Amino acid sequence: MIYVTRRAEFCASHYYHNPNFTPEENRRIFGKCNNPLGHGHNYTVEATVSGAINPTTGMVMDLKELKVLLEQEVVQLMDHKFLNKEVPAFAEKNPTTENIVVEIWNLLAPKLAHGKLHRIRVYENPDLFADYYGE
Amino acid sequence: MVYLTRRYRFSAGHRLHNDAMSAEENRRVYGKCNNPNGHGHNYILEVTVAGAIDPATGMIFDLGALDGIVAERVLDKFDHKNLNLDMENFRTQVPTTENLCVEIFGLLRTPLEAAGAERGLQLYRVRLEETSLNSFEYVREHAGSAKGDY
Repeated sequence: MIYVTRRAEFCASHYYHNPNFTPEENRRIFGKCNNPLGHGHNYTVEATVSGAINPTTGMVMDLKELKVLLEQEVVQLMDHKFLNKEVPAFAEKNPTTENIVVEIWNLLAPKLAHGKLHRIRVYENPDLFADYYGE
Repeated sequence: MVYLTRRYRFSAGHRLHNDAMSAEENRRVYGKCNNPNGHGHNYILEVTVAGAIDPATGMIFDLGALDGIVAERVLDKFDHKNLNLDMENFRTQVPTTENLCVEIFGLLRTPLEAAGAERGLQLYRVRLEETSLNSFEYVREHAGSAKGDY
């Protein structure tokens, strides 16, 4: 079994807020991430696919498929966007790194024609990242 | 289950030496790390916690609480210290990065899991880079099931 990873980047803004919390609770729980005007990050997404090496090609899958999927499903949706306002999945839930990693899994997993999606990793910055394995 | 990882940094000095071995054996086993005057590293510590996303916040754990616990339990104790001489636990064991990983896992597990108990938070992995060329990790499944049993 080989694990193959392709990386993509997008830049986006977001903020954390729960309308069921009071303004004071929102400030306490989310801290500076609660600024309603938003702030931004350079995100890095890693999509890891597992599979056996095809003896004819020497490859697990054509990585171009993964590159195109990341571009079409993730980068076009999220790059240079305000995640809370412009990405429907985050209209009612916070675009935390945790929720973003699950959302990207849900976007990619059903569309991957070859190989099996093993892991999605999302870096909010080089010192903070979340991993999701589909369950 | 989502796995959240945060990276931290501390700088410390150490010397790899075991009193139970001869001077010659220590030099052979530990090489230049056996220099009696010690040497230091900029360590990078990765702490990974695992848990379910709280639908109200979208988070598995409060990052401020994670930072606070790691700072109090590890960074404040290790940063700018001589690991052999300043740290009680390394008077009797060699401060290799392997031993540091296990020690840090033990220092963090109980306070992190107590702070995240409401949502079943688990300390999943401690990974330590001694230099940019080597790293060591200690993972929960190898750490025993009982709290503190690592």
